[in-house]
Amino acid sequence: MLILDNIPALLVAIPLLASAVVSLLPSARIAWGFAFFTTLICLYMAVELVGIISSTQALSYAFGGWEPPWGIVFVLDSANVYLVLLVAFVSVIATLYAYTMLAREIAVEDLPKAYAVWLLAIASLFGLAMTGDAFNLFVFLEISALSSITLIALGAGQDRRALLAAYNYLIIGAIGATFYVIGVGYLYAATGSLNLIDITDRLNELGTNQAAITGLAFMLAGIMVKAGVFPVHIWLPAAYSFAPSAVSSLLAAVATKVAIYYFARLLFGIFIDITQLVDFFLLYILMPVSVLAIFYGTIAAIYQSDFKRLFALSSIAQIGYITFAFSLNSHSGISAGFIHIINHALIKGALFMAVGIFALGIGSRATMSSMQGVGRQMPITFAGFVLAGLALIGVPLTAGFISKLYLFKAIFETGNGFYVALIALSSVLSVLYLWKIFEVMWLKEPVQPLKSDKEPASAYLPVWLMVGVIMIFGVYSGEVISSGIGAANALIGAR
Amino acid sequence: MSINLIVLYWNYIIVIMLMMAGLYIIISNQNFIKKLVGLSIFQSSVFIFYISLGKVSGGTAPILTGIEDTVYSNPLPHVLILTAIVVGVATNALGLALVVRIQEAFKSIEEHKLLALKKEDGLKDIQIEDSKEDSAV
Repeated sequence: MLILDNIPALLVAIPLLASAVVSLLPSARIAWGFAFFTTLICLYMAVELVGIISSTQALSYAFGGWEPPWGIVFVLDSANVYLVLLVAFVSVIATLYAYTMLAREIAVEDLPKAYAVWLLAIASLFGLAMTGDAFNLFVFLEISALSSITLIALGAGQDRRALLAAYNYLIIGAIGATFYVIGVGYLYAATGSLNLIDITDRLNELGTNQAAITGLAFMLAGIMVKAGVFPVHIWLPAAYSFAPSAVSSLLAAVATKVAIYYFARLLFGIFIDITQLVDFFLLYILMPVSVLAIFYGTIAAIYQSDFKRLFALSSIAQIGYITFAFSLNSHSGISAGFIHIINHALIKGALFMAVGIFALGIGSRATMSSMQGVGRQMPITFAGFVLAGLALIGVPLTAGFISKLYLFKAIFETGNGFYVALIALSSVLSVLYLWKIFEVMWLKEPVQPLKSDKEPASAYLPVWLMVGVIMIFGVYSGEVISSGIGAANALIGAR
Repeated sequence: MSINLIVLYWNYIIVIMLMMAGLYIIISNQNFIKKLVGLSIFQSSVFIFYISLGKVSGGTAPILTGIEDTVYSNPLPHVLILTAIVVGVATNALGLALVVRIQEAFKSIEEHKLLALKKEDGLKDIQIEDSKEDSAV
């Protein structure tokens, strides 16, 4: 079948072409319908891909018939196929959510163009997740950055500080991307190849090579900026908190996750011949930095009163959990990291969506003072919000519990009980900020009537779809766990 | 020896100088347009780095001449840089567009003025406690 054979290319090409069409459509409704239809097709193709990978293990798609290592390839294996599915699923839900929410936050005449950029961002995320070419990745990284920046800047209609957040992201993101290109240059100078699999083979032949090590260090630094890893996260809180809520939920859910996946692939896929250096990096740099990220994010969130900024800060802590799991440098650690990538994407997506609905209800930003009693006025959204919040803490029967369980399991395997205590402490701290929100929203009397009479069903339906998946993954967690183990198998071999 | 090194690798030395100059401009300047200029210099230094990588001394353009033992330069890094230049132009264009919007919205593109304004703004209408967040860590 022509279509089935070309799914990897079509996953990028269809949203890319659709984005050009959408920008020309006259009305916002038609544009939304077209965009939604496109994301549905992508979801269908992603499901097909999972089927293909589960039977064939790995798939390499060479563009234009140029065989690797000469041509550009898309590589799919059990490490990234679930990520592709995750991006496809979240983009469907977020587009559904955008129907009501984006329309109320930005000017009507801008909507078709906004959906065009929206599809561009989705296309680039698919590309980032699949590409097996180091330089091609840079191109997708920049498409993703430029489209995200444009989407964030759309928040200027609500709050002009969105422009500053977008500008900061542009500068910091461009420095990160340029660092990545410098790294690719070094690696190319050392190996003469851009294909990641080919680079690995050639590095194994070369042995320890200073240029290659420098190159990989530059590449990792660049990717860390994009992933929002702790010391270089500074663009993230402002960007997520001033973007329109539909954009926040899409970006917070999947944009950083795709970068984190690639970070893991670089760390464990390529650094084969210099394990000593990798061990050093993981144990003495990434692990302390992750612990700092977890505590910085959580404590800063406790002191934060703006809801969106609070959850953006908590994202930094959650990314800290993922990098912490990776830094354990074991099969179970990598599995735990990938399980948390999926679970946290769903949880944070749902939380940002719910906060957007609350803000819309009261007609101003969601803060501790403006949100008093809003939970009582919007009970359906609030119930979903609370469930997602419980999942964020890691309460049993939610997907978050599975993440924490596997993280603890991975830590116990390394035999360091100290870190178990640290992670447990950070979970307790995260209860604090969620309790604070619960107290304000549910236990206090409502102070003002809602601007819009009731919760729009088209807005809380996506929240509940996400929450539904979170709860299902909390109980029937087999699929997620096996995807995490599959990812670890693909990256460092079965154990 | 050291002079030899400088003569041999002078293009790489220039790359490093430009790179550091660009980064320094981005970090030290208050003006948003000057920051973008710094970013351009930073990116251009990487372009020169790639172009230097692909150059083979005595090599010609990679067009089949029919003469045996012709030395060709490596065209691939040059092609990559064509892509990177396009990306750089797009980044700059978007950055400048944002600067125009910032000027319209805030009546200033100087970072220190905007930071002062941001704090005021936050206290007035939305109560975002930036200072609190900073002191928490």
